[in-house]
Amino acid sequence: MSAPGTPEIPQKLADTLDTLGMITDRSERIQLLIDIADRFREVPPQVARRPFGEAHKVPACESEAYVWGEARPDGALDFHFAVENPQGISAKAMAVLLGDTLSGAPPEQVAAVPQDIVYRVFGNELSMGKSMGLMGMVSMVANLAKKQLAARGPAPS
Amino acid sequence: MSAIESRGYVHPDVLVSTDWVAGHLEDPQVRLVESNEDPLLYATGHIPGAVEVDWTRDLNDPVRRDYLGREGFEALMRKSGISRDTTVVFYGDRNNWWATYAYWVFQLFGHSKAKIMDGGRLKWANEGRPLTRDVPSYPASGYQAPERNDKTIRAYRDEVLRHVETSGRMVDVRSPAEYTGERLHMPDYPNEGALRGGHIPGAANVPWARAINADDGTFKTAAELRAIYEDEAKTRPDDDVIVYCRIGERSSHTWFVLTHLLGYKNVRNYDGSWTEWGNLVGVPIER
Repeated sequence: MSAPGTPEIPQKLADTLDTLGMITDRSERIQLLIDIADRFREVPPQVARRPFGEAHKVPACESEAYVWGEARPDGALDFHFAVENPQGISAKAMAVLLGDTLSGAPPEQVAAVPQDIVYRVFGNELSMGKSMGLMGMVSMVANLAKKQLAARGPAPS
Repeated sequence: MSAIESRGYVHPDVLVSTDWVAGHLEDPQVRLVESNEDPLLYATGHIPGAVEVDWTRDLNDPVRRDYLGREGFEALMRKSGISRDTTVVFYGDRNNWWATYAYWVFQLFGHSKAKIMDGGRLKWANEGRPLTRDVPSYPASGYQAPERNDKTIRAYRDEVLRHVETSGRMVDVRSPAEYTGERLHMPDYPNEGALRGGHIPGAANVPWARAINADDGTFKTAAELRAIYEDEAKTRPDDDVIVYCRIGERSSHTWFVLTHLLGYKNVRNYDGSWTEWGNLVGVPIER
């Protein structure tokens, strides 16, 4: 349960994390994540084309992941990704998970998604470099939501 | 003369080509070991017959920060069907970054029949060679390992401190932003696990991937490597050299280059690296 005043994480993300948490067998979890990565679709050309701007590059990600946020009329964001490393399977899986569960969610909730969800997705057997890259993807998505909130201005009291 | 031999390495026999591996897929004296940064990659497809060695799961002590001990290494070798006489060929993603790390850990137990597949996993895949999702099973071996030897190719923090005090040669293989300490203070970057940024005094900065040809992931020629490590970084084959990065994984790649490709006689990998040094009380740091 969240502390009072702290936004809950988006429901779709919470449900996905619960589902992954029920899979205790490492091979099963890996297979599920590979299946998820297979659904990866690169950022559409109407949003971004190569060469991608450095401002969209995920900090500390060795797989050269990029993130974009596309605003909907209601102020929520759709998230798009590119992963330049053809062997960046984990980054692709993370991109699909974040895109599926956070696109369209209230920016207040997206902004509050903690970086350490990567361990709930991939388990604790992540190298430091890999976990930093994946946490960088979460951080980038959350920061895009924060920027969206800042652009929107303070909520009416 | 093979393409690898023509590059002028001091010990060219530690590298094998993808062609060589393709010709030894059925060789019972050879065991392929895939070791990746990405934990999902092996399961998406690997070279037929290759076993996976995962750094976090297989090579580390599960509780304290250290590598597995003799018994753990024996168990890993036995379940992989590897004997002391088996030639182990490592390969992996990210320009063999983790493959050289696994190679280095194997050397702590003296498994000298070991090689790296030049170009790694990506070169194999780009050449259209076969990959499979079938996980092989081998009869258990009776592998008997010596106790782990931490004295020759591994450096501990007190040894590094003495090295600093005697102006010994060091190579920091992290990115320039990590070396200067800038990255630790960049907004939006995940925490690097260190309280202080910078580098160990006297260390030269040579990012590890400079040893690699970006187009196909193969190692640069000996002449190109000497230009980097001798002319630029001012190290010599007879020097006592310590290499480090954040946790010792990238620096194992440079350890491999200096030790085997350039024939340096005394290179140690400081696996405590910046996650230890950057948190130690009272040690000197340069920015």
